[in-house]
Amino acid sequence: MSPTTLYRGHEGMWMWVVHRVTGVAIFFFLLVHVLDTSLVRVSPEAYNEVIGSYKTPLYGLVEAGLVAAILLHAFNGIRIIAVDRSTWALRHQRQLVWAVWIAFAVLMVPFLWRHLGHVFGGA
Amino acid sequence: MTAQSPTRPPRVPSGRTRHNAEKWSWVFMRVTGPVLLVLILTHLFINLMTGDGISQIDFAFVAGKWASPLWQVWDLVMLVLALLHGGNGMRLLVNDYAQRPWLRKVLHGALGVAVIGIIVLGSLVIFTFDACPVDADPSLLPSFCEDVR
Ligand code: HEM
Ligand code: HEM
Repeated sequence: MSPTTLYRGHEGMWMWVVHRVTGVAIFFFLLVHVLDTSLVRVSPEAYNEVIGSYKTPLYGLVEAGLVAAILLHAFNGIRIIAVDRSTWALRHQRQLVWAVWIAFAVLMVPFLWRHLGHVFGGA
Repeated sequence: MTAQSPTRPPRVPSGRTRHNAEKWSWVFMRVTGPVLLVLILTHLFINLMTGDGISQIDFAFVAGKWASPLWQVWDLVMLVLALLHGGNGMRLLVNDYAQRPWLRKVLHGALGVAVIGIIVLGSLVIFTFDACPVDADPSLLPSFCEDVR
């Protein structure tokens, strides 16, 4: 790890790892995602065929992981910005890490409920 | 990677040196982040939570969305900002982990090609999209194609 990175306690360091790992994962997903969407320019059949595989249980779980990565990266990104800008946020670091995980859980539960219903319920 | 000397430029709280272009990169990540939050969470909500979620997505669904200029522009802005933000983030990672100068050069080059290539491809797809291709099976097309034929 580079010596120019400043740590503020354990939570901050773990969240730094989470932020990097999710950022990289989303980046590679996005490259593939634009390629698969570009199949709409090939033919309706080609697009529907590839998107059809995204509706299988295995991909359903991968999509759940992707949404989890996005939510964590997004909320943690807001926390990073807040901590850099305000001394209040800097003083409440620990609580803000909790806030990230609570916001994550609050959105993840209804999402999983609905998404896994579509994937496994054959809606 | 050497010990800190007192002549180093002042640090910003994220730890990245406040050095000319790097300061701009730092600001860019903080401006695009919150915008992407709104763009992407809306994208995920519409495509995965409304209607039949993932089961509804097919050619006709995409045609329905891109019939509206709002979603065309939405996807274009999301495409450009996500790739620039993600690509710049990846550049920072390369700087952290790739120590050999030639390796850095190769990785930066590959990143640049990937980011620009995908932005060009994605933009072309949005704006050259044909919702009613003549030789396609009509049952796969959006219902508004009947009026067009
Ligand atoms: C959803 C809204 C998003 C927010 C709020 C957000 C926020 C941020 C912020 C504030 C940083 C800078 C962290 C720092 O300087 O320490 C960052 C870094 C990064 N972001 Fe995002 N981002 C978002 C979406 C994305 C997307 C879509 C991608 C991929 C395409 C991505 C990939 C990255 C990467 C690779 C880094 C570098 C990580 C590092 O240097 O450790 N982010 N993000
Ligand atoms: C499992 C989750 C996802 C699904 C099912 C999905 C589905 C789709 C669909 C159906 C389209 C076609 C047009 C539209 O609906 O607007 C699309 C386009 C797009 N999506 Fe997603 N998406 C997902 C996640 C994401 C994420 C996380 C990002 C950002 C990092 C993203 C970025 C984009 C972009 C930039 C386009 C435009 C592509 C182009 O220009 O060709 N999507 N997506």
